[in-house]
Amino acid sequence: MAGVSPTPLLKDELDIVIPTIRNLDFLEMWRPFFQPYHLIIVQDGDPSKTIKVPEGFDYELYNRNDINRILGPKASCISFKDSACRCFGYMVSKKKYIYTIDDDCFVAKDPSGKDINALEQHIKNILSPATPYFFNTLYDPYRDGTDFVRGYPFSLREGVPTAVSHGLWLNIPDYDAPTQLVKPRERNTRYVDAVMTIPKGTLFPMCGMNLAFNRELIGPAMYFGLMGDGQPIGRYDDMWAGWCTKVICDHLGLGIKTGLPYIWHSKASNPFVNLKKEYKGIYWQEEIIPFFQAVSLPKECTTVQQCYTELAKQVKAKLANVDPYFTKLADAMVTWIEAWDELNPSGEAPAKTSNVKAK
Amino acid sequence: MRKPPTLLSLTIDIALLNLSHISDLSFLPDHVLLELFLRTLRAGKLTEKILKLFVATGKDEILSLISELNIQLILTPVLPTINIRDDEVDIVIGALHLDLTSFMEDWRAVFSRFHLIIVQDPDLKGDLKIPGGFSFDVYMKSDIESVVGSSSSSVVFSGYSCRYFGYLVSHKKYIISIDDDCIPAKDDKGELIDAVAQHITNLMTPATPFFFNTLYDPFRKGTDFVRGYPFSLRSGVQCGLSCGLWLNLADYDAPTQALKPGQRNSRFVDAVLTVPARAMLPVSGINIGFDRELVGPAMVPAFRLAKEGKFRWETVEDIWSGMCVKVICDHLGYGVKSGLPYVWRNERGNAVESLKKEWEGVKLMEEVVPFFQSMRLSQGAVTAEDCVIEMAAAVKERLEPLDPVFARASEAMVEWVKLWKVVTSRLSNSAA
Repeated sequence: MAGVSPTPLLKDELDIVIPTIRNLDFLEMWRPFFQPYHLIIVQDGDPSKTIKVPEGFDYELYNRNDINRILGPKASCISFKDSACRCFGYMVSKKKYIYTIDDDCFVAKDPSGKDINALEQHIKNILSPATPYFFNTLYDPYRDGTDFVRGYPFSLREGVPTAVSHGLWLNIPDYDAPTQLVKPRERNTRYVDAVMTIPKGTLFPMCGMNLAFNRELIGPAMYFGLMGDGQPIGRYDDMWAGWCTKVICDHLGLGIKTGLPYIWHSKASNPFVNLKKEYKGIYWQEEIIPFFQAVSLPKECTTVQQCYTELAKQVKAKLANVDPYFTKLADAMVTWIEAWDELNPSGEAPAKTSNVKAK
Repeated sequence: MRKPPTLLSLTIDIALLNLSHISDLSFLPDHVLLELFLRTLRAGKLTEKILKLFVATGKDEILSLISELNIQLILTPVLPTINIRDDEVDIVIGALHLDLTSFMEDWRAVFSRFHLIIVQDPDLKGDLKIPGGFSFDVYMKSDIESVVGSSSSSVVFSGYSCRYFGYLVSHKKYIISIDDDCIPAKDDKGELIDAVAQHITNLMTPATPFFFNTLYDPFRKGTDFVRGYPFSLRSGVQCGLSCGLWLNLADYDAPTQALKPGQRNSRFVDAVLTVPARAMLPVSGINIGFDRELVGPAMVPAFRLAKEGKFRWETVEDIWSGMCVKVICDHLGYGVKSGLPYVWRNERGNAVESLKKEWEGVKLMEEVVPFFQSMRLSQGAVTAEDCVIEMAAAVKERLEPLDPVFARASEAMVEWVKLWKVVTSRLSNSAA
């Protein structure tokens, strides 16, 4: 069999964004895999608390005061008291790729008992093309040991650039509150050895616990919405970003993969607390999904920012009658793009927002 | 000062508390009954039993309120318990080899409880060898001719397409079809896979084509719908087609296999998933199951390459019928699943040799796939037969100018529907 070239580390091209409110002890377990990379830590909650970062990591840390200072009035678009604040990390990063992970996610083992290097798998997913236009029954054809099946047109075998790599979770699965209440003991023990592209025109529930993306290709679409303190819903931040991102990727001819890698999700959040947060979302998503399924972006929208601004317009026009929250959200989406463009002017050197703490 | 509660409201309070012990409400005056119903709703105490109580009163106001609020009695459970009734399944085998002994022995544990339809490739001369202990019917060239007529028909049942004759004459609900060069595979724990049971499970559990579940088939044990999956889409739709996979010799095309002669599929992916609506896929006929009642007429033996041969590398007939089924399932609101079960595909043939013949098929896919991706059926097409006729017309109009194979395909699709109607009505008449 042909030799396999090693996966590039991309250590100077990738930032790891971690939202946290407690501590970062979980990083100890990830040390062999994460230490080469720069971390962006977004501290939610009380800014006067000091978050302890384990020794030896290169990181920058932002708390709420930093977010307010850097964005000024535009800070209103960044959620408070919700992990949705992580998208601030995407905005201030200067790298090409982002990997984001929750602080209750640990290294999982594959069926042979070996530790899974989740970051390496995400990089493999993102550096190989996606195939959204025709479903390959043997899943990702660019993986070792597999290929396109009989009947797959050759003209579609080049694929498109992969914008997002969506990983999964063993142990505590990402269920909503009603499902958690009905099945409190269910654990995900099934290791599905596949990566696949989500077909064009199909929406999916994107979970932010174990997610990588190409910031240059799709960054501005990864706005995690208005959640948490002062907002009527929570636990829909990553869902919202996922629906917007998928629609824009479909429009721009980019691909989204899901499947490997797995991480080990250790903490089950309180289902009653979750129910309170998700309650409205459960009803609203019945309106939101048809909206996204029917969205059509004009062909004049050729950049992510243009697509996103257009999407914000349509959210305001079509979802405002579901709840006034959506008007606020649409405005926040516009604010987000303005803030993104301010911090990431195209063609010029990136603005200095430095909170860098060296090793 | 707050008004004290009325006697009526106090009575209704008590009634509400004891609703489960009340067996008859018809004696209540209309306005009291209505108030009780509304309070029951507000208290969240409307169960099936209590709803029946209210309905039994026969009072108009209550009944019209129930219908206005669209309150419905769920008559069938959401998830049917899967009880495979042996008499609902036919296993259809297209025999491209005379000696089926080792094939049947390898599958005995799985096949022996079901009825088999074995169709001999009309081009294959000689007598089939089939071991004892199975319940089966064999169909040969003469049988095919007596049903179809010996005059040249545009529907050709030779080579891999002989199995479609089996689909035609079956009158069971589920059909499972496996190539005669495949044997049972082992899963990641070393256990032999019952491919038939898995196909039936796939077909009997709902499919979820309208939204992608990141944990794959939510109806499998140990898994569920994930956060963010709309509740209104969680009952799913009926599954029309189950596409299985292959270990060892995967179903690659000839160029791919010729380029990577040593490549064998050793990866067992423990998943079944619904292929989303409007997403097309290449369906391999090597290992499939389908609901004949839902999509039987859509499994068309229509796309015959000019140099079609006796190796899968030299055909694309299943790719064509698979995409017909997918378009029709998308239109009629059924689902198509892909993934488990795996079968083990034995070594056979020479990819380089086949490459010379199958090049034609590979080229034609460039036209075929965009055609199916853009195919839209009319609102009036409400059965699989209607859909096939409409598709045949579209093939004739849009693809015929490109290659004569499409003209033949279009004719074959129309002919197939006619045949289907004749044969199925004949069968149901004789069964009556």
